[in-house]
Amino acid sequence: MSAEQIRKLIVLAAIWAALLLAPYWMIPLGGYTALATRVLVLGLAAMSVNFLLGFTGVLSFGHAAYFGLGAYGAGLTLKFLAPSTPLALVAGMLLGGICGALLGTLIVRRRGVYFAMVTIAFGQVFYYIAFQWSSLTGGDDGLRGFSRQPLDFGLFKIDILSSANNFYYFVLFCFALVVAAMAFILRSPFGRTMIAIRENERRARFLGIPVERHIWIAFTLSCFFMGFAGALYALVNNFADPRGLHYSQSGDFVMMAVMGGMRSFWGPLLGAAVFVVLQDYLSSITVNWMSFVGLLFVLVVLFFPRGLLGFIQRSKA
Amino acid sequence: MNVLDINNVTKRFGNLVAVRDVSLSVAKGELCAIIGPNGAGKTTFFNLISGFFPPTSGSITFDGRDITKLSTHQRVTLGMARTFQITEIFPELNVFENVRIAAEVAGGYRLRPWINRAEQAQIHRTVEETLKLVSLETKTDRLVGELAHGDQRAAEIAMALALKPHLLLLDEPTAGMGDQETYQITQLIRRLHRDSNYTIVLIEHDMRVVFHLADRICVLDQGRMLAQGTPKEIADNETVQAAYLGTAA
Repeated sequence: MSAEQIRKLIVLAAIWAALLLAPYWMIPLGGYTALATRVLVLGLAAMSVNFLLGFTGVLSFGHAAYFGLGAYGAGLTLKFLAPSTPLALVAGMLLGGICGALLGTLIVRRRGVYFAMVTIAFGQVFYYIAFQWSSLTGGDDGLRGFSRQPLDFGLFKIDILSSANNFYYFVLFCFALVVAAMAFILRSPFGRTMIAIRENERRARFLGIPVERHIWIAFTLSCFFMGFAGALYALVNNFADPRGLHYSQSGDFVMMAVMGGMRSFWGPLLGAAVFVVLQDYLSSITVNWMSFVGLLFVLVVLFFPRGLLGFIQRSKA
Repeated sequence: MNVLDINNVTKRFGNLVAVRDVSLSVAKGELCAIIGPNGAGKTTFFNLISGFFPPTSGSITFDGRDITKLSTHQRVTLGMARTFQITEIFPELNVFENVRIAAEVAGGYRLRPWINRAEQAQIHRTVEETLKLVSLETKTDRLVGELAHGDQRAAEIAMALALKPHLLLLDEPTAGMGDQETYQITQLIRRLHRDSNYTIVLIEHDMRVVFHLADRICVLDQGRMLAQGTPKEIADNETVQAAYLGTAA
């Protein structure tokens, strides 16, 4: 094994150790377990956005739509279909992913600013549907009246509703599954064609890659991941919010990804952690917390164009 | 059998006729050079062959198959590879990774979410052989964006070769190079043509390169095919001399 590989392995072990022990080290530092759970879920969403932004090179400003669809899919399943947490997660993921796949066929024909505009437009359509269709979605008040259910393994049940630690580890398990899937895809021949498209679309085309089709696949995959993150988010809050579909939420995800480092796999998780912790801390002091997060964002973009993680990696190298 | 047959191809952009009724046949194993003054329509002609845009009229046949309406990536899949006047590479990937993407696509793995060890070993062999062919085997770990211009061009050619093409289209392979680099690329193209028997069509401004390499030279002027022939025939052609060589050489 080369020194580089060993270094990567150590970093990876450190990340997973920090995540596994989060409930134990966060509380002495003034945090609480539910905060760690939020970081994981929003981090997963930011990593899903970055699957497209950082590794295929296309910027979606409407990904909150698929996040929100996942949340509503999970909430509606628990409320009306069956009291099953795994089923709710699958339903949320499918709803986000399938809507993404269908709209993606229209979206991937555009590039650059136009791509971003079309994603916003489609995203807002879902926002207004959730906002207006009060009888189903609860409208402006959001979807209430459901809660995450104990995990039933037949022989025993795990309570994830009242035990914050149990729920954290359940979310971490789900997070690990999706992150492993992302990493697996990125290391595959298909993942390398995504990077080829990011690096040089014309060259990719002239290597025989049907660029639109590959962007569509990447877009669809990222919508499935996003739907899954959204479903987890509904479980975190026992609530689905129409603002979770809004383009400003999409903007937050892009911000987390860029702030953390969009060329690195783990960067968006760091970005989400900074974003969520700052939000939690500052919003108890001032209603203008976003001004401070925004200021940090501007500073990062100006001085560390590769994001916080990119900066850390560079200063070590 | 001819690899490429271009029949009476015309391309208009509004009122401008960039390529006017041009026909060209390229035999297997042949190296055909396209020359002509700036604005003669050489690059437009190349873009028509590689499928950047469709011709206004006329047809293009590749390996006996009508490809006039096929898209770029379909033409590549059939065995047509090209390089560009301004090198098109993946600058933030290393030399090996650049060529590996090409080899994997050519191997039919582009949609695969996994690759097994045997397949991976096969791909690695292809990449290493290709890099040896273009003399980049000692620079596999270097980022392509950080290489010298001549090496970047060699990497681009390696990516084209990793596609195992039946036809190689090179758009001004020595553009912007010094004498030493021009010499190296010229020797590379000569090896590909003579030793590996590639069929090559290239656009070139440097007449030393053209007359050194080409089996046949086609002269384009104002979108028309002015003359075609062996290097000697072209050098002796008075029309060509008047239109082009006289002022350039």
